[in-house]
Amino acid sequence: MSKLMNWKELPPCDQLGARTAEEFETGDWRIGEKPVWHPEICIQCLICWISCPDSAVTVKDSKMTGFDYKHCKGCGICAKECPVKPNKAITMERE
Amino acid sequence: MGIVAKTGNEAMAEAMRQINPDVVAAYPITPATEIVMIFAQFVADGLVDTEYIPVESEHSAMSACVGAATTGARVMTGTSSQGLALMYEILPIASALRLPIIMCDVNRAISGPINIHCDHSDTMAARDFGWIQIFSENPQEAYDNLLQAVKIAEDPRVMLPTMVTTDGFIISHGMERIEMLEDAKAKEYVGEKKAAYSVLDIEKPTTVGALDLTDYYFEHKMPILDAMKKAKDVILEVGRDFGKKFGREYGFFEKYKLDDAEIAIVALGSTCGTAKVAIDQLREQGIKAGMLKLRVFRPFPAEEIAAALGKLKAVAVMDRSDSFNTQGGPVFAEIRSALYGASNAPKVINYVYGLGGRDINVPQLKSVFADLAKVDKMPPINYLGVRE
Repeated sequence: MSKLMNWKELPPCDQLGARTAEEFETGDWRIGEKPVWHPEICIQCLICWISCPDSAVTVKDSKMTGFDYKHCKGCGICAKECPVKPNKAITMERE
Repeated sequence: MGIVAKTGNEAMAEAMRQINPDVVAAYPITPATEIVMIFAQFVADGLVDTEYIPVESEHSAMSACVGAATTGARVMTGTSSQGLALMYEILPIASALRLPIIMCDVNRAISGPINIHCDHSDTMAARDFGWIQIFSENPQEAYDNLLQAVKIAEDPRVMLPTMVTTDGFIISHGMERIEMLEDAKAKEYVGEKKAAYSVLDIEKPTTVGALDLTDYYFEHKMPILDAMKKAKDVILEVGRDFGKKFGREYGFFEKYKLDDAEIAIVALGSTCGTAKVAIDQLREQGIKAGMLKLRVFRPFPAEEIAAALGKLKAVAVMDRSDSFNTQGGPVFAEIRSALYGASNAPKVINYVYGLGGRDINVPQLKSVFADLAKVDKMPPINYLGVRE
C-alpha cells in the first residue's frame, strides 16, 4: 500500500479513481494454500480465468500465464473448475 | 406568475416544475403525496423534461436518486415520516458520495402509535446523516427555500444533499398567498447543474461506493464535515442574493422582535407564525417578548445563535419532537450546548409540544412567555399541551 493520505489530500468531492482494488493486495488473505499451475498439461481453456473472482489469473495474448499471488485469496475455485483429466492443470498446494 | 394561492405541497411542486430536475424518484406518502402527484402530472403534461421513476418504496426511491445523481443528473424527491425513515439507510450514502439531491420533506410524526399529523420526529431523526436541513414557516418559504436549496446543495464548496421541510398538513395542506417567480426567471436563477463527477464519463472513470475500512473511513467522513462548515457561508450568500434579486432575504434564522427583547422563544416551522401573533399581543402589553425562528438546523449555526440570544434574560426552546434521552428535545440540546460557556448566557428551558399534530395556539405560547418571566421557578424541561 502507498503512504496513507490525510483527509485534506483526498481528491475534490472525495472521488476515487478507477481500478482502486489493484492497490489493495488481498494475497495475504490466503490461509496456507495457493494454486499452482502445471503448464505442461494445461489446455488453455481459460475456465480458471473466467472463474476467478479476483482477476488473479494472469493472461497474455489470450494465454494463461500463471497467477497474481499479490491478489489471489487462495479460494481454490480455479483448481476446482480446471477440466483437465486425469491430473488437473491447477492444484492447491501448501504455501 | 406573480401572486397566487398555493398550499405548501403545491408551492413545492411548482418550485420543482421550475427547477425542472433531470430525475425524480418518489413514492407517495401522506401528507407529502401531493408534491410528487402534482409533479407526476407535470411530467405527463410535458411541462418538464424530467425522467420520473415510480418505485415500490422510499428505500428504492432514495436508492434510485443516488444512482441517478452519480451520473451528474439534478435529482429530486419528496417524502415524509415513515417514508423518510425507510430512506434512512441511504441518506448518509447520498451525503458521503457528495450527491446534491434535493428533498421536499413534509414533517410528520413517526409511528407508533400510527399518526399522520405534524411533528418533527421524522426530520430530527435524520439530522446526523450529512444532509443540510432547512425549515419553512409557510408555503412562501417552502417555495423560496426549495429554489435556494438547489443553489446551496450544488455549490462546488458544498455538494451535499439538502432537505427542505414544511409542517405536515399545517403548511402542506394550508393554502396561502405566495409570490412565485416567472418561470424564465426561476430557470435562470437555478441555472445548469455542474456535477462534481459522472459515472458515465468514460474519460474519467471513477469508483463509487467502495469498501473503506479502518485505514480510510475516518478520513472520508471529514470532507462531509468540511463541506457542512463551508455550507454556512454559502447559505448566507444564497439567502442574501435571493433577497437582492427577489426581495425576500434569508439567513440561518429570522429574528422576530428579538433585538430589544428580554425573553424569547426559539422555534421552527409553522409554530413561528402562531408565535408572532402571541408576541405582538404581548408587546401591546409592554412585555419585551421576541423569537428566534430557526430556519437552518443543519449545519447548526451555533455561534450566530449564541450571539443573537446572548443579551436575553431567558429563552424557551420549542421542540416538536422528543429525544427520549430524558434531557428534552434535540433543538434544546443544541441551543443549550451553543450557549454553554457564553458570558451572560440566558437561562434556557425546554418545551416539548405538538407531538402527533397536537395543536399549539396563541394562549399556550403566551403561557410560555409567562413562564419565562419567572424562569427561576421553572423546571428545565416541560411538556406543553399534554394531559397530565
